[in-house]
Amino acid sequence: MNPVSELIKNLADQNGRNRHSLLPILQGVVEQEKYLSEYSMIEIARELDLPASEVFGTATFYSFLEYKKMGKYIIRVCKTITCSMKGKNQILLAIEDMLKIDVGETTPDGVFSLLQTNCLGFCHKAPAMLVNNEVYTDMTPEKVRDILSSYLKKQKEGGSHDN
Amino acid sequence: MEMINLTIDHKPVVVRKGATVLEAASGIGIDIPTLCYMKLEDMNIENKPGGCRVCVVEVKGRRNLAPACCTEASEGMEISTHSIRVVNARRTVVELILSDHPADCLICAKSGNCDLQDMANHLGIRKIHYQGEHSMYREDTSPAIIREINKCIMCRRCETMCNDVQTIGVLSAVNRGFQAVVSPAFEMNLDHSVCTYCGQCVAVCPTGALTEVDETGAVIRALSDPTKTVIVQTAPAVRAALGEEFGMTAGTLVTGKMVAALRRLGFDYVFDTDFAADLTILEEGTELLNRLSAFMAGDQQVKLPILTSCCPAWVKFFEHHFPELKDIPSTARSPQQMFGSIAKTYFADKIKVKRENLVVVSIMPCLAKKYESSRPEFSVNGNPDVDYALTTRELAHLINLGNIDFKSLQNEDFDAPMGESTGAGVIFGTTGGVIEAAVRTAYEIFTGKQLPRLDFEELRGMEGLRKATIDFNGTPINIGIAHGLGNARKLLEEIQAGTSEFHAIEIMSCPGGCIGGGGQPYHHGDSEILKKRQRAIYSEDQNKSIRKSHENPYITKLYEEFLGAPLSEKSHHLLHTKYFDRS
Ligand code: SF4
Ligand code: SF4
Ligand code: SF4
Ligand code: FES
Ligand code: FES
Repeated sequence: MNPVSELIKNLADQNGRNRHSLLPILQGVVEQEKYLSEYSMIEIARELDLPASEVFGTATFYSFLEYKKMGKYIIRVCKTITCSMKGKNQILLAIEDMLKIDVGETTPDGVFSLLQTNCLGFCHKAPAMLVNNEVYTDMTPEKVRDILSSYLKKQKEGGSHDN
Repeated sequence: MEMINLTIDHKPVVVRKGATVLEAASGIGIDIPTLCYMKLEDMNIENKPGGCRVCVVEVKGRRNLAPACCTEASEGMEISTHSIRVVNARRTVVELILSDHPADCLICAKSGNCDLQDMANHLGIRKIHYQGEHSMYREDTSPAIIREINKCIMCRRCETMCNDVQTIGVLSAVNRGFQAVVSPAFEMNLDHSVCTYCGQCVAVCPTGALTEVDETGAVIRALSDPTKTVIVQTAPAVRAALGEEFGMTAGTLVTGKMVAALRRLGFDYVFDTDFAADLTILEEGTELLNRLSAFMAGDQQVKLPILTSCCPAWVKFFEHHFPELKDIPSTARSPQQMFGSIAKTYFADKIKVKRENLVVVSIMPCLAKKYESSRPEFSVNGNPDVDYALTTRELAHLINLGNIDFKSLQNEDFDAPMGESTGAGVIFGTTGGVIEAAVRTAYEIFTGKQLPRLDFEELRGMEGLRKATIDFNGTPINIGIAHGLGNARKLLEEIQAGTSEFHAIEIMSCPGGCIGGGGQPYHHGDSEILKKRQRAIYSEDQNKSIRKSHENPYITKLYEEFLGAPLSEKSHHLLHTKYFDRS
């Protein structure tokens, strides 16, 4: 069985197969796969006996459920007022400059994706950003470069282990 | 029942607990405008997402205005439905909707029938004080339905019809905020989805976001082409609704005027789909009897219940969702397609016109019929049996274009031979009618006796699921009827589970049957209109001198001259079809 199908089946076994189980299952797939492919949405629809349009509708409604292929690390920069006023544009520029991608894009090596998000609840430490589930606050362009460098390093080491 | 006392516009009202402010107000004749809200009484169809906020009212003691359609009435409430504050808020809401709406009314297919246009007019909006971005979305054209999502106001009525009533689940709100649209999964086009083209979403869409594919232009071109002979067939449900488009009260039968109008428009022969409905009964009824006799002779393999197959949306539904049952429905084509097939063989020969020069137009209450006529199995060398399927609404447009004063037309009769029909053919237009027509014929052939009565009240009505047992002279025949695909699904699940008690089942996709078809004049959520159309259909049946399909003399002649017998080799070739697995 395809690993995603198996994941979905297991998630459905854990969470149940009614409509309420849809969100936890979508989240479970995103946690593993980083995004929901068309294939996995159809599989979920089949597993829960829901229309595919409803699964797709739910996936596209929640901003933390990605439905386009994403990199290993998803960077989400807060775009809401406080962070905007405290310099989130500089942060974005620094990231775009360093990774050579625009918002919404993924680096060709599939390591980073860059997105914006709404308020993260860290307005008092604005500007804020997330890398996967990790929160970073009081960002400055220097700080963000350091953080990304550390991820790059981690990736290289991890990569050499793999080889 | 617990009752609640409140006042609306200073008038005291008593309502049952649980009623909304909107219901309480309408109970005492106070009209609160609504836009997204829709309720089809008796059919358990309700849409109240509370999205548009046009229905807001002032509740004394509350800071915010409350949407009447989804606010429960409570003890002692004091409501104002038309205070300055309310009216201003309503106007703001509508102006905001209009600020993101293409101002296309001049050329929009819904113009004159659009709830948003009516609302803007009702509130006297002459200037839009807000300007902003416009949502842009590609247009999606399928064989039957056009989606112009720029005109969508996210009322979600279409979703209610598609998901709750029809249980198809094609349409769902996707994306968020300004980007939100109602769309099939993965934002595919409709023709890549499991859409049945039942058209129920089009029937309830308040704006021009969902409309039918308009083929009136092509028909006008055919009519003005001197090399073509153009014939027309009219489905039973059309005559019970067409009058509404000309301001006549719902339920007025306009058969004779419709025939006269079609002649004025220049059709060379005006025929009746009811003729083909009679033919369907002979084919389908014989099939039913064959299966029944085999079953009674102890054949365990025989497929029962037999399901009707005259509704193309239903056919597409089971091809997608129940392909394993595709041997159960009758193989008889729909009356529309039987007509086309006979017209382009038997009739074309009779009048010595080549197939390519004979244009068959049908007037249907239905959008799925547009799709059906485009199915490749209903063409011969690329020439379709039915060239164009227009809706009742499109016919009304043609009549208006032709500057025909419909109301004052004198009644005229259909042409022979394919215009002659029986009462059994007429009742195809309403839920329960096909099976009643089949019973009238099958009973007499099966028992060899005259029917003691022709009206089978037990098969009639508006309940979504009905059943009845008809005594075939000692043999009880169990009959099931479903309208609305959600109800049909229930019967199919029983068959799948092997628990179905029925011998024969009639299924119609549209609530009410074809009288409630997706191509009929818009009923704007008034289900009384459907009941009136249904009564009109039964009264036309009453008025017919012949009311059993097998007694139609022109059908008898057709078999003698051309087809041989029901289910003959030739009938199989011309009048039957096969189904595909589309899962
Ligand atoms: S035509 Fe019928 S099946 Fe297709 S989207 Fe509309 S309601 Fe759904
Ligand atoms: S397409 Fe029509 S019915 Fe559906 S949500 Fe939009 S406006 Fe409403
Ligand atoms: S019930 Fe009648 S109008 Fe509705 S889809 Fe079927 S054939 Fe068409
Ligand atoms: S505005 Fe950015 S965290 Fe609240
Ligand atoms: S009609 Fe009440 S919110 Fe739309």
